[in-house]
Amino acid sequence: MTALSATGRHRRPTMSRAALHAFLVVISALWLFPLLWAFYTSLRPISDTIEHGFVSLPTTLNFQNYVNAWNDANLPHYYMNTLIIAIPGVIFTLLLASLVAFAVSKFSWKLNLLVLMMFTAGNLLPQQVIIVPLYRLYLAIPIPQLISLPFVGLFPSDNGLLYDQYVGIILIHVIFQTGFSVFVLSNYMKTISIELTEAALVDGASVFRIWWSVILPLCRPALAALATLLFTWIYNDFFWALLLMESGAKRPITSALNNLQGEYFVNYNLLAAGALLAAIPTIIVFIALQRQFVRGLTLGSTKG
Amino acid sequence: MVGIPTILDFVFIWVPTIASIGLSFTDWRGIGGLTAANWVGLKNYVFLFTQYVLFWPALEHNLLWLLFFVCIATPLGMFLAVLRDRDLRGSRIYQNVFFLPVVLSLAVVGFIWELQYAPTDGFINNILGLTKPTNMIDWLGDPTINLWAVLVAASWRHVGYIMILYLAGLKSVDPTLREAAAIDGANERQTFFHVVFPVMAPINTVIIVVTVIESLRAFDIAYIINHGKNGLELLSTLITNNSISEANLIGFGSAIAVVLLVISLVPIVIYLTRVMRNETTA
Repeated sequence: MTALSATGRHRRPTMSRAALHAFLVVISALWLFPLLWAFYTSLRPISDTIEHGFVSLPTTLNFQNYVNAWNDANLPHYYMNTLIIAIPGVIFTLLLASLVAFAVSKFSWKLNLLVLMMFTAGNLLPQQVIIVPLYRLYLAIPIPQLISLPFVGLFPSDNGLLYDQYVGIILIHVIFQTGFSVFVLSNYMKTISIELTEAALVDGASVFRIWWSVILPLCRPALAALATLLFTWIYNDFFWALLLMESGAKRPITSALNNLQGEYFVNYNLLAAGALLAAIPTIIVFIALQRQFVRGLTLGSTKG
Repeated sequence: MVGIPTILDFVFIWVPTIASIGLSFTDWRGIGGLTAANWVGLKNYVFLFTQYVLFWPALEHNLLWLLFFVCIATPLGMFLAVLRDRDLRGSRIYQNVFFLPVVLSLAVVGFIWELQYAPTDGFINNILGLTKPTNMIDWLGDPTINLWAVLVAASWRHVGYIMILYLAGLKSVDPTLREAAAIDGANERQTFFHVVFPVMAPINTVIIVVTVIESLRAFDIAYIINHGKNGLELLSTLITNNSISEANLIGFGSAIAVVLLVISLVPIVIYLTRVMRNETTA
């Protein structure tokens, strides 16, 4: 039977197979071209492109644009801003989401479905639906009242508000991403046998202890996959930082790229280098952790 | 222990959602606290639908965005997933090539495509010889074409995302179904349309929901290019341009947000009903 189906699947004439390959090669080339073009442009000094035009063979190729973008736009500072937001963002999202997922998947409460729906729907809402009141809320909530919370205390606010603060940006990322993560993790946890939790409860372990020492280690693959996705999403955020941060100096790298766009004159070579520099960390994460990446998206879409 | 995350989610997502609805019936301009807001009934909506000249174009742009994704980008992503699923030689490389743009931020995507579209310095005009002032095409500046130029750039990223989601669905299809179809003499096309596609109904729903939501959320690229003006108006950019700007028309901007909310509820409800059906049967 296997032999039969194998021949069934591979019986296609070689002509159409060649056509498919040709199609894929052409589409792949089209797909890569904008990136390769950006790379090529970034290696050419602006004097070279002014003299010969952008579509021309190069006379000089070097990394000077990268050096300039790095220094002119003060990129190290903005990478740092991104990390200040992304690292706590990922960690707190995973901690909170795994707690909620643990609760809804291992204990049956009447409200389980409602909680799950609230988180999932919240994650699907376009951010622009909530931005206006959220912006006002961020201007209205005084931080000193919250400072005693462990998470908020780590990132003090210099204006007493959530607006224009790292803590505010981290908070909205955590809240927004928790929706998706709860959904993924609760599906994953359902595959873990309930007897394990019950046995631990019988042994007298507290619920928190079960979550921390039994469930979390078992969820490591799902957590790794989610961490990869969350990091990329938070890294790539443009919207929250644009609207909930006022000081340019605090903004993450994606929004800082605007600094490279001159008012009257655009140096495309410099811009290309800046854009690629901003893209490199996510590209590295993707290349290094492809499997996690794909698995994260898969967990969120096929189950549930 | 579900308490803190649930309260946070409620306060920072659901309270603002409800507040948007409330504010849309007021003329609040953000000065003097909420007490300075006057109840104006449906005035904001009447103005939005009858007099605000940017509203209908923005709605049309969102719909065109959706149509372009539904008719071109999403099917292309699904088709690439089907090809990838056949394990042709080198298909892993193809997969990575198509997925690469997905990991880039839309801000970076915007800049990368500016290098293609720029009127005198961009690749496209140079290669077509359209750089003279008399024949130049301003891909991102001309309001009759810039939406399409942006859609190409947005699709560049959307296709790979759909491909991966759909591929995951294809991998989960029971292989014996395909074998049975092959024994019955079905060719690959028949097998896909009559066997694989129907059993993938749940993932097809996800794909459609993702496509609709992404079209409604569209903001970053349009904002990077021209702040969502001059041909690139979208509901999302109208909201921010009216409410978080010097104009400070919070009541009016909220009315636009409510329109966006009502439209978004369609895919959200479809998605939740599917999740709920699975939950209750599980």
